[in-house]
Amino acid sequence: MTQTIEHKIFNVHAIREQFPILNRMVKGKPLVYFDNAATAQKPKVVIDALTEYYEKYNANIHRGIHSLAEEATAAYEATRDTIQQFIHAKHREEIIFTRGVTESINLVAYTYGRTNLKAGDEILISGMEHHSNIVPWQLVAEITDATLKVIPVDEKGELMMEDFYQLLSGKTKIVSIVHASNSLGTINPVKEIIDAAHKAGAVVLIDGAQSTVHLDIDVQELDCDFFAISSHKVYGPTGIGVLYGKKAILEAMPPFMGGGEMIKEVSFEKTTWNDLPYKFEAGTPNIADTVALKAAIDFINTVGKKEARAHEDALLQYATAQLETIDGISLIGQAKHKVSVASFVVEGVHPQDLGILLDNQGVAVRTGHHCTQPLMNRFGIPGTTRASFAMYNTKEEIDVMIAALHKAIKLLR
Amino acid sequence: MSESKSIAQIENEIVDDFSLFDTWDEKYEYIIDMGKKLKPLEEEHKRDENKIKGCQSTVWMVSEFKDGKVFYRAESDAVIVKGLVSMLILVLSGHTPKEIIDAKLEFIDRIGMKQHLAQTRSNGLLSMVKQMKLDATVYLAQQQMNQ
Repeated sequence: MTQTIEHKIFNVHAIREQFPILNRMVKGKPLVYFDNAATAQKPKVVIDALTEYYEKYNANIHRGIHSLAEEATAAYEATRDTIQQFIHAKHREEIIFTRGVTESINLVAYTYGRTNLKAGDEILISGMEHHSNIVPWQLVAEITDATLKVIPVDEKGELMMEDFYQLLSGKTKIVSIVHASNSLGTINPVKEIIDAAHKAGAVVLIDGAQSTVHLDIDVQELDCDFFAISSHKVYGPTGIGVLYGKKAILEAMPPFMGGGEMIKEVSFEKTTWNDLPYKFEAGTPNIADTVALKAAIDFINTVGKKEARAHEDALLQYATAQLETIDGISLIGQAKHKVSVASFVVEGVHPQDLGILLDNQGVAVRTGHHCTQPLMNRFGIPGTTRASFAMYNTKEEIDVMIAALHKAIKLLR
Repeated sequence: MSESKSIAQIENEIVDDFSLFDTWDEKYEYIIDMGKKLKPLEEEHKRDENKIKGCQSTVWMVSEFKDGKVFYRAESDAVIVKGLVSMLILVLSGHTPKEIIDAKLEFIDRIGMKQHLAQTRSNGLLSMVKQMKLDATVYLAQQQMNQ
């Protein structure tokens, strides 16, 4: 028997050709798009999938008996299968479609949280959470009289794990942690956190907004109870996302929203809920974007996640080395394990000014607090300038950004 | 400066200055320079009630009514916003409430800086323009009540 190892050839120029937007000019200069942690650009196959759906088989799903409804239903459900394989979920009904990570977290907070939390219970999050993984818990804590606890972040931008173990107790009922930080790039030791939390009797939600596009996700191996994904950060359309939940937990949870689709039988006296996953998909869903999400995942699989990751890691390394040569620059977030996010501040320069002047040179970066105000406060800064890289970015583009930074800093100082 | 000039005249002067610039960096160099030259607001005025908070940068503004005219002073933590703030003060400060309320402030669009007014969430500049006009409206109302 011969063993073969498959090596996919990663050709960034061939990949770039599949993203129409990368051909455009901004302020008279070729676009350099480094705001991928906010949202990724879409390959032609995703755009085509959206058009094709509306041009050829737009129909409401699940209940129609005509051909279009059947085709639309099949395409919609095919995305569920693709996601199941993509994150290695055990059952297809563990994949719930939501609008994105924000809705996924809110769903868990309002259903699992409201039902299971009581006064004195604790919800444990971290100091590097996005506002979408802070505010839903604050809201549910207010309703249930539970308390929100926070794992601190160290100077390098890593979670202080000793504090985590001290904060974790029998009172901890929910642990909700970001897999990879959107502001710093830090990859958190989620497996260790999940195992420890389970021993303490808590359920764990992992915010996969940033990690899903870069890292291999295996929810069974992680053993997380919930995992949240946003489609638009994995080269898919906006307005669609996923909540993965373990079947037994999802079954025990009350519905999130009421309406059509999520019911089995309705009478004025008593209504019974539909089976998973439909119990959590009330109303006509976002069919077109769900269908196109499959095209995005297929695209990632074709390129190869491992190959894309190697390319993105090389970009991060190169960008970090180049940024460090700039006078007065400090990199915020120097964790050992990072996704391709380079966040920095320049002495005496406001991030917003830097962002405006980079934009004038065709370079799109994100500036500000990145919806992580508590984290910015921890570093004593109002915000950072963040360059985040995707599979279609190049070293040449990083050179353009570095030159643009030099020019901007010269103007501002 | 020249208090005798009308708001429209000052706007035109700024537009004329900008017409000399060929490139974006010359425009921004001018704005940044104006930002750097803006007299800092005393710390005592940097209070919450004078704060016009944007998502990324903050503007502080105070106004005073003297001899029938409104005078503004302001500052921002970001220098480009500060430059634009400085231009707004140059244009509006020292005029009557009525003139300020009626000012169209088209110069911002004419010098190609409209995008900064549109970014309401990020810099608070549009809110500052509104606040400047609101202050003028209050002074006008007070003036009419006292008459």
